[in-house]
Amino acid sequence: MALIKNPFDHDLPPGDARLVHVHLDGEWVEVPAGLNVIEVAHRFGKQIPHYCYHPKLSISGNCRMCLFEMGMPRLGPDRKPILDGDGHPELQWMPRPQIACATTAFPGLGIRTTSTLVESCQKGVMEFLLANHPLDCPICDQAGECKLQEFAFDYGKGRSRFVEDKVRKPKRVDIGPRILLDDERCILCTRCIRFARELAGDDCLGITERGGYNRIAIHPEKRFTSDYSLNTADICPVGALTTKDFRFRMRVWFLKETKSICVDCATGCNVTIGSREGTVHRLTPRVNEAVNSHWMCDQGRLGFHPIHSKHRVLEPARREENGLFPGEWSLLLGQVAEALRKLEPSSLAFLVSARLTNEELFLVRSLRDLLAGESAILTEVVPRKGQADGLLRSDDLNPNSRGARILGIGADGEKLSVLRQRIEEGQLSGLFCLHEDAVAAGLPGELLGSLSVLVWQGILIDQTYERAHWVLPGASFAEKSGSMVNRADRVQRLERAIPAPGRSREDVWILRGLLLALGGEEPGQSGPEVFPKMAATIPAFHGLTWAGLGDQGQPLPVEVR
Amino acid sequence: MAQDGTVQNPTREHRIILRYADLPGYTPDIDCYLQHGGYEQLRKALSMEPAAIVAEVKASGLRGRGGAGFPTGTKWGFIDHAKNRKPVYLLCNADESEPGTFKDRQIIYKDPHQLIEGMIISSFANHAHLAYIYIRGEMARGAKILERALAEARAKNFLGTNILGSGYDLDIFVFRGAGAYICGEETGLIESLEGKRAYPRIKPPYFPAALGLYLCPTIVNNVETLCNVKHIVEMGGAAYARIGSTNNTGTRIWCVSGDVCRPGYFEYDGGAITMGELLYDVCGGIRNGNRLKALIPGGSSAKVLRAGEIYHIRRKNAAGAMEEIEMRLEDLPLDFDTIAASGSMSGSGGIIVMDHTRDMVECLDNLSAFYAHESCGQCTPCREGALWMRKVLDRMTGGKGRPEDPQLLLDLAGQIGGRTICAFGEACSWPVESFVAKFREEFESKAVAEEEKDRLQVTH
Repeated sequence: MALIKNPFDHDLPPGDARLVHVHLDGEWVEVPAGLNVIEVAHRFGKQIPHYCYHPKLSISGNCRMCLFEMGMPRLGPDRKPILDGDGHPELQWMPRPQIACATTAFPGLGIRTTSTLVESCQKGVMEFLLANHPLDCPICDQAGECKLQEFAFDYGKGRSRFVEDKVRKPKRVDIGPRILLDDERCILCTRCIRFARELAGDDCLGITERGGYNRIAIHPEKRFTSDYSLNTADICPVGALTTKDFRFRMRVWFLKETKSICVDCATGCNVTIGSREGTVHRLTPRVNEAVNSHWMCDQGRLGFHPIHSKHRVLEPARREENGLFPGEWSLLLGQVAEALRKLEPSSLAFLVSARLTNEELFLVRSLRDLLAGESAILTEVVPRKGQADGLLRSDDLNPNSRGARILGIGADGEKLSVLRQRIEEGQLSGLFCLHEDAVAAGLPGELLGSLSVLVWQGILIDQTYERAHWVLPGASFAEKSGSMVNRADRVQRLERAIPAPGRSREDVWILRGLLLALGGEEPGQSGPEVFPKMAATIPAFHGLTWAGLGDQGQPLPVEVR
Repeated sequence: MAQDGTVQNPTREHRIILRYADLPGYTPDIDCYLQHGGYEQLRKALSMEPAAIVAEVKASGLRGRGGAGFPTGTKWGFIDHAKNRKPVYLLCNADESEPGTFKDRQIIYKDPHQLIEGMIISSFANHAHLAYIYIRGEMARGAKILERALAEARAKNFLGTNILGSGYDLDIFVFRGAGAYICGEETGLIESLEGKRAYPRIKPPYFPAALGLYLCPTIVNNVETLCNVKHIVEMGGAAYARIGSTNNTGTRIWCVSGDVCRPGYFEYDGGAITMGELLYDVCGGIRNGNRLKALIPGGSSAKVLRAGEIYHIRRKNAAGAMEEIEMRLEDLPLDFDTIAASGSMSGSGGIIVMDHTRDMVECLDNLSAFYAHESCGQCTPCREGALWMRKVLDRMTGGKGRPEDPQLLLDLAGQIGGRTICAFGEACSWPVESFVAKFREEFESKAVAEEEKDRLQVTH
């Protein structure tokens, strides 16, 4: 079950559905009763082209692209199906084509996905859809992932007989803060309308005008402000809905696609990172029926921009009297290790981010244990609370709070007050901030200057960075591989899409350098290499392997949830 | 009532539905209706079992008068009242918008109580306690007349609670459309009544008898059909079935328009009169002494019939054996089956006559303009195809036809019919298919003229 409730699940029949025999392009196959015919064909590697059908939205049946030839069991005089020699019913083919999206499997259903009639229907619909389409592919963002292009190539005639004037409709309609509408490109499949109504709960889109002049429009005086509005650009089969963020940024066929997860909240929506030459251009949701189904929120989708901020820290450096002074990694790591070793363990603390991966947290834990010896070192994470929206977004904005808790790094900032108290009372002389701003977390900024060792590891300049003695530039979520545990206790993988910019490094690499400098064991050079060791050490991860997590992640064993 | 040719009845009509409508002094008031035996059949019906009324309607062989000719009793039989736990609705389709059809408005404007009585009986027979009259937006006065008639009926307890002491409750409301042809499609009508855009629903699963108004079982009947129910209760199903011919029982109102001397509406027993008799005897022949060129027998969606065509009609003879006979257009009896066998349909009964002065391309352009304007635009073939065909025809009539246009029109029509959500696909493609197929030379001549013009331009 996905963490979001879909109004429909046409591709997921109920688990107790009985199996029935249907006749698919000449073969009898077994499928669950009630399964949508488009999905029946899909399960056996056949494509029934469609525009308006979406497995998670209501059936509209308007595009007519999925017309197929339907057969029914021929009934004998006793009103029972006539059986052939193999015990299968004889089929009677209906003269009219039927829409696959509104037909579900029943015993003895006949499906022909290719036949003269079906091909004629597909050619006809393609010709009609393209008649008034502007055919502006060279300047359309959808080009390359456009169903109209693909199906025109696969099922169309290759030329048009339309010589009349095309219908003119509004272009660049600003329907919401993050999305634009081009009515001329629209094929009126109404997916966006149904998404807004059925999933986003914001029924603000509709159709106005009539017949060939029909167009999608937003309700007067309303804006499509939903936090899920950009999903309509994903499900729009053509370039009618485009996101303001990605519009005209990059041709999609240049994008390298990396399967990863969103780190904007604890839900961990599965995403595809689209990047090119070291720059992330967009995130799009990736289907995972155990997490986000087909969707993600706009905040998460647009949350990647800070990684290309001009405030990104790119040089490892040490603070000298007149400011930060860049240095070699090996030198600086040695200095940091030495400074940490000299500190009394009880006077050292780690302020760790719950946005780090399990592997990074595991190395933090190893570092802490190595430094602590017999005594104890305080570690804590900084909580981030938001508002759950009842759909995907969690009230916990840290993507790996569960991982931090499991790894014993911290839990919801319970010990932050202790940390603050220790600083105020002068008991603390060393603080290591990993991807967290101690000042923003409520620790007294003026007293941080009094610490003898303040190490900062992160990506963006903040107030702690301004005071830190050592600055270690780390990597963003798109620049590293690792795993996180989402709010439903599912372990999921981040994959590196782009290299860390400048001289910044993956955090696992930095922490490994510190560990080795302190005489620790070789933990592995990257997230995937650290994972087996972590899985062996931490009981909650027993039995999990990096490869076994796969693209879709794995749930934690029930007993540790 | 004999179909006599007396001075009082020069057209030899057999008026049942329109019996009083055009009588001098007959008004839409309830008092006038009561003086003419009004609401007597309601009393009779309320004393019957609902199932018995349905059985009478089935026995009568009544077929829907809206266009499709579906047997009314069968339609009513789709609802299983033993199992059904939802409310049942009865909707009267008074969205008469088929070009060439003007029969329902005669009933609504002149004899509204007949419709209301028919509706009450039909609602009772179908266990409906709420009924709507969906009236076409343009018929504003008709809506007022119906509102007044409903108020009168309520005042006399023909509507409301415990009707005439029978314990049966019913109310009827008038709902005005906003003027769209597609609202006459029964599922489009239901959507419109629910307050949505009148987009026809996909069938399956949304058959009105199962998932109709508010997803409850719903009966949608035409005005004329519902009026017939009253007469079936009056004379009994078997007696009604003796009117007209087999499978074409009862009377039908035919609306004749176009190039005849005396257009109008006429009520005859099913199959009792031929097309030729209607045109030449009743309507006074083709105007100005012109020749008949073509006619559309059942509203503008029906396929056109060309004068001089010979039809091979297969039908059962009196002995029950199949026989094939040759018929001219003028010999076609006016009923459902023979006109269907001639390749067209009697549809809503709107006969549009065109004489030899008519340019068939212009005529088709006129029809296509209507369909392009009225397509709801929900599904692709009709939305794009109807407008495309209209543009091609506009171009042809504007003197810019091309040799390939007739074939293009046939192809486009072929890509629409049978592939759409509702029957509008057929409605807009059949006229094009039949006009081009039967008058191909006229469509081709539009292109030839253009070719010659090009040649002239080249030589000069």
